[in-house]
Amino acid sequence: MTTAPTLTRRLLDGAGTDHGAHLARYGVLPRLSRDDLLAALTDSGLTGRGGAGFPTAIKVRAVAYAPRRPVVIGNAMESEPLSAKDAVLLGRNPHLVLDGLETLARAMRARRAILALGPEVDPGAAFAAARGREVEVVQLEGGFVAGQETALVNQLNGRPAIPRDPFTRVTEAGVGGRATLVLNAETLAQLALLVRYGAGWFRAAGTTEDPGTSLFTISGSVGRPGVVEAERGSSLRDVLDPAQPLRPSAVLVGGYHGAWVRTSDLDVRLTRRDLAAYGASVGAGVLHVLGTDTCPIGFAAGVAEYLASESTRQCGPCLNGLPRMATDLARLAAGVRDHGLPAEVQRMSALVTGRGACAHPDGSARFVASTLDVFRDHVAAHLEGWCPTPTGRPRRSDS
Amino acid sequence: MPHPDRSAAAVRLMTRLHVDWTRCDGHGSCSELLPELLGVDEFGFPVSRSGERDPAVPRRDRDTARHAVRNCPLMALRLYDADG
Repeated sequence: MTTAPTLTRRLLDGAGTDHGAHLARYGVLPRLSRDDLLAALTDSGLTGRGGAGFPTAIKVRAVAYAPRRPVVIGNAMESEPLSAKDAVLLGRNPHLVLDGLETLARAMRARRAILALGPEVDPGAAFAAARGREVEVVQLEGGFVAGQETALVNQLNGRPAIPRDPFTRVTEAGVGGRATLVLNAETLAQLALLVRYGAGWFRAAGTTEDPGTSLFTISGSVGRPGVVEAERGSSLRDVLDPAQPLRPSAVLVGGYHGAWVRTSDLDVRLTRRDLAAYGASVGAGVLHVLGTDTCPIGFAAGVAEYLASESTRQCGPCLNGLPRMATDLARLAAGVRDHGLPAEVQRMSALVTGRGACAHPDGSARFVASTLDVFRDHVAAHLEGWCPTPTGRPRRSDS
Repeated sequence: MPHPDRSAAAVRLMTRLHVDWTRCDGHGSCSELLPELLGVDEFGFPVSRSGERDPAVPRRDRDTARHAVRNCPLMALRLYDADG
């Protein structure tokens, strides 16, 4: 006999790659009609767990009435270096992700159902679990923007893993020219649970506006880095607690495209609405703790340089603006006493925003702008030629 | 489940200009033709003056905008009608 998983231990207590053990643990996978699936998704309030947080019901509806049979894709590219939750989920509970894909594929009579793994994701469990199931598993090339849905569709169409102009949505013309639905691996696992146990069960965790649980990857200055599951609406403090933060000075919420939350604000609840005040979102659940022994400007300069290097160099503002932003941030980190630098970095972050084919310039600008805002006292110190970080070397320079 | 409502009778449509940034190489003819809509950044790429991602094209500029679309050597521009 199976019992529904508890309030917050839903995703990670999987039964491994054995399908029989999986079915014994969770029960048979119900077959839903297209309309019943849409109703269940709408009632549950499930939102995407890959970053954008878009309502899943709306996304599914966009391909549900396509003239030709659609393609459904599970996105486990995990392109964000600070995220490990999809890899951990697929390692521990691969069948739950496949269940989600199969449910969608059956309900919409999909032409193909594909689970796309990034190069950093250990494919063993997913390949083993997919044997005998109606899902193709492929491992693809990576890169920071390779998981963005237009880049993913490009790669599956045999083209380079770079984003395309989003004017024509992948829900209209994606893989093989068909309407294509791309859902994050964790979103699919959540879907597989809610079609079994119902929208009411799903909503027993989280808040009315932001229901369910999410996986969070916790890294940085912590005693126990790793992946945890928590209710949406939990406080940042409670979610970080099991990872044992060590002398935190701030937390980066949402990864390299995210924003900083000060340690004085650790009681903020992890919901879309509460995090909006910080310019942050739950995103893919990436939480990176910065310790007091790390200079935030130096850290941010390193991230900005990485983000600039990950531009696919298609769009002029991103190609030119991101390196400029990274260079100026590096000068600030190095203690160059040019008082015009913060305003220049801010101007550049505003300039690149909204002017690219994908979310990369906007996300990069958001991270940089948040850094200047949250660490403004630290920035001011650098401009005076010293660094408040205890181990930070006050690198004086008047160049 | 009914199809999404596509009737636009009550919706005011607005013409917007979309830049395909993967094509644009900063040739600059669009911002010359539509100076009230588009400026040029320091890298030579068009900037929406209103800050809108796809700037709304006022009725008086529609013909010029169509001309700009035809004249873009990279075929990076298009006009479309959208709600509000």
